[in-house]
Amino acid sequence: MALALQTFATVKDANAALKAAGTRYLGGGTLVVRAANEGDVSVSGLVRSTDPALSAIEINDGKVSIGASVTMAAIAGHPDLGALARAARAVGGPAIRNMATVGGNLFAPAPYGDFAVALLALDAAVGTGDAELPIETFLADRDNSRAIVTYVRFALPKGDSFRFLKVSRIKPKGVSVLSIAVVLEHAGNGTVSSARIALGCMADRPVRARAAENALFGKTLDPDGIASALAAVGEGIAPITDPIASAWYRAEVLPVHLGRLLLG
Amino acid sequence: MAKVPVQFTLNGSEKAEFVESGTTLLNTLRDKIGDTSPKGGCQQGTCGACSVIVDGELRLSCLTLAETCNGVAITTTSGLAEGGVLHPLQRAFLDTFATQCGFCTPGMIMAAKVLLDHTPNPSREDVVEALSGNICRCTGYEPIIQAVLTAARANSQNAA
Repeated sequence: MALALQTFATVKDANAALKAAGTRYLGGGTLVVRAANEGDVSVSGLVRSTDPALSAIEINDGKVSIGASVTMAAIAGHPDLGALARAARAVGGPAIRNMATVGGNLFAPAPYGDFAVALLALDAAVGTGDAELPIETFLADRDNSRAIVTYVRFALPKGDSFRFLKVSRIKPKGVSVLSIAVVLEHAGNGTVSSARIALGCMADRPVRARAAENALFGKTLDPDGIASALAAVGEGIAPITDPIASAWYRAEVLPVHLGRLLLG
Repeated sequence: MAKVPVQFTLNGSEKAEFVESGTTLLNTLRDKIGDTSPKGGCQQGTCGACSVIVDGELRLSCLTLAETCNGVAITTTSGLAEGGVLHPLQRAFLDTFATQCGFCTPGMIMAAKVLLDHTPNPSREDVVEALSGNICRCTGYEPIIQAVLTAARANSQNAA
């Protein structure tokens, strides 16, 4: 089945065309062309925009703005985004990373979307043509989102405050059993003064582990200090079951891997 | 459905075709142009058999729409041999028995070529990483890794 592709110079025109039933936005193609190849008949038309702003990376005073069309390879190779390279490289193999975009990753259903897990821990803001939403709000309502995502914006994590882990059964590239991203801040006495923990594969989309975040507050990063966070990390999760792992397995190993990430 | 023009360079020669909107680059190369070296495996971006090089970057032609490729330079495995002489990677794949059924081979060679173009003397880890998006169900990968390392050594000896 052929898909009519419409290309627009501006996001505004592309947004207008996207209002037609059955149309989807084409980023790198790794989600929507894949769906079409698989026979998803709900996709009848594709829209894209070649606006150069969508491919821009801007970094000013520790604030990062990444255009929605920026690829995982571009992030992994960017000299000032070294902190995120690990998360960007967690997506797919080399060819996928040359194609898959930041904007698309926000829509990738679990077990995909590892980079969106990182963005959730970074508490990014997601920009669309006329609005900016906290990423958590955006992800919760992403199935109803019709406006083209134009950028994500976040504060560059300081030092080693950002940690990311993807667990897969095949090395070096495999589908996620789970992924975890953490942003930690420490008080002067070394205890945790703020923690954001985002989980992949623990629902159909990335989710925050708020109970574990709260349990980490005021604790030190040692086996005793993190014990209550590990006990709480499974609160509210609903892991996916797929050929990679069952929901039961994912829930069982989640505290183990969070522990390794926090103590590592 | 209206056809759209696409124009690109394939292995150094200009190509211009009319394709139906939404046609993948893979189908355009194979069915329109007749270059059957990229293979249609999973059509899902998982197997890497359709890998081609677009403007120096590895891409999956099954997930790339042809009409987004206007003006680019595409390299496929069928364009590597010159005057009947195999490319060092092709030679190495033969010499190390890295090809069994052969279906994954063109994609493997494309991924390896991008690696060697950027990293002429790769480590084994570099090779494994570069091939990590390509699946082989025959060889167990070891002969393929050896082939790429062998080709890298052959290249550096020729350059010396």
